[in-house]
Amino acid sequence: MADTVVQEPKIEAPKEPLFGKKERKLITDPLNDNNPITVQVLGICSALAVTSLVYPSVVISIAVVFVTAFSSLFTSLMRNAIPKQVRMIVQLVIIATLVTVVELTLKRYNYPIYKELSVYIGLIITNCIVMGRLEAFSMANKPWRSFLDGIGNGLGYGAILIIVAFIRELFGKGTLFAGSPIQINIIGASNSTTDYFINTAADGSWFGWYANNNLMVLPAAAMFIIGILIWIHRSWNPKLVDIS
Amino acid sequence: MHSTKYIVVFVTILTTVVAVILSFLFSTWQEQSKLNEAIFNKRAILSSVKDYLDADPKTMSDEEVVELFDGKQMKQIALDMDGEELGSEEIKESGYKGGRAEDIDMAKEKKKDEEERILPLYVFTSSEGPLYIVSVRGSGLWDEIWGNIALKADFSTVAGTTFDHKGETPGLGAEIKDNPAFPAKFTGKQFLNAEGEYVGIDVVKNGSKGNPHKVDGISGATVTGVGVGEMMVRGVRYYQPYFNKIKSSQGAQMGMLNN
Repeated sequence: MADTVVQEPKIEAPKEPLFGKKERKLITDPLNDNNPITVQVLGICSALAVTSLVYPSVVISIAVVFVTAFSSLFTSLMRNAIPKQVRMIVQLVIIATLVTVVELTLKRYNYPIYKELSVYIGLIITNCIVMGRLEAFSMANKPWRSFLDGIGNGLGYGAILIIVAFIRELFGKGTLFAGSPIQINIIGASNSTTDYFINTAADGSWFGWYANNNLMVLPAAAMFIIGILIWIHRSWNPKLVDIS
Repeated sequence: MHSTKYIVVFVTILTTVVAVILSFLFSTWQEQSKLNEAIFNKRAILSSVKDYLDADPKTMSDEEVVELFDGKQMKQIALDMDGEELGSEEIKESGYKGGRAEDIDMAKEKKKDEEERILPLYVFTSSEGPLYIVSVRGSGLWDEIWGNIALKADFSTVAGTTFDHKGETPGLGAEIKDNPAFPAKFTGKQFLNAEGEYVGIDVVKNGSKGNPHKVDGISGATVTGVGVGEMMVRGVRYYQPYFNKIKSSQGAQMGMLNN
């Protein structure tokens, strides 16, 4: 009675598209509705410390995207094997490894920026965003989605960092991307007329009264710029308004 | 719940894998990283004589920096605290395998007793005569600060300076490095008074105008400024025995010429 063998019905696993609606949401959500800095208020420490210039902020943003993405990926790959009792330590080992890789890479390929960022690269380990995403997302989700979630959160963090750095460097130093090969001098006083886009020392300059705001270079400036950003973000995005 | 045995095995494997990956990366890149660090320091030393160079060392490529630094224009000497020149063997004995003055780590030297320190001195032959570049190191507000000072052939007039720091406050103490106006204030100041006695250059709150031994500090960075002043006065004093020797030998030569 071979023909009566019941054929096991094939259970079609629901196909997960690489970039379906949910996947795209994983990347776009942290940029706006669930931004790590302005909504979750994580990672403030480094946002205050490194944002005095745009160039180091860009570098540290890339480093954080790399660390959040790959620590999420590896944690998610191992999520069923990680013993629950020591999961935080295991996550920390993964994060610390990736941060050390970043540090060694910078030391090898771009020593001046490694010097400039000094301790802040190492401090990515303690960035709450990384560990927060591992605990909240990667431990319960599949690798690809965790990877995207990591990228999204890294980008959300980086976006705020660069906005803050842009404002601080422009008004604090009158330059943009200082220290990088594409440094742009916007406003300042100089004897040479070609040094700055707007030269406040030039004869008959309309901007003779202008001076760089030294407060912008201090960490305190980042504090209230982030505060104002949170305010703007909340009044602009209706989803974030508390109805209480 | 996992058993204790499982946890131990899991953590051991994880740490081993991580250790292997990191030590592999570290050892393959170590050589280049050290080279990068050396170039970074060479660039800082050259920056102190940037007024006498064709191009700003900041915009030079790595190869140009090495070429200029290791070229004929630059001579490096290691000194002990009595002003005696040290040979390469003696530098190696002090713990620097390279055996050259540029291998001397000022951070290590700062931890030694004052009498046992050795000092690097760079002599740069510019179109306007030799420039003596000395290295100094001191303490700022939060951590160490250091600098290179180029002196003209009279061993007194400053031809240029560069400063760097480990962790001074951005916008305040960090301005010693970030704001080019601060190191520029030292240019033209004197370490020796009119009688040729060592005075040093100090950083003060104000009143530096017309005084060749004082420089205005940065407002809001008093402690860093005091640190810079202390470092300048003490650090350059270390080199005085050697400078005096050169001066007396030059004096002797002049005397012979006069006869």
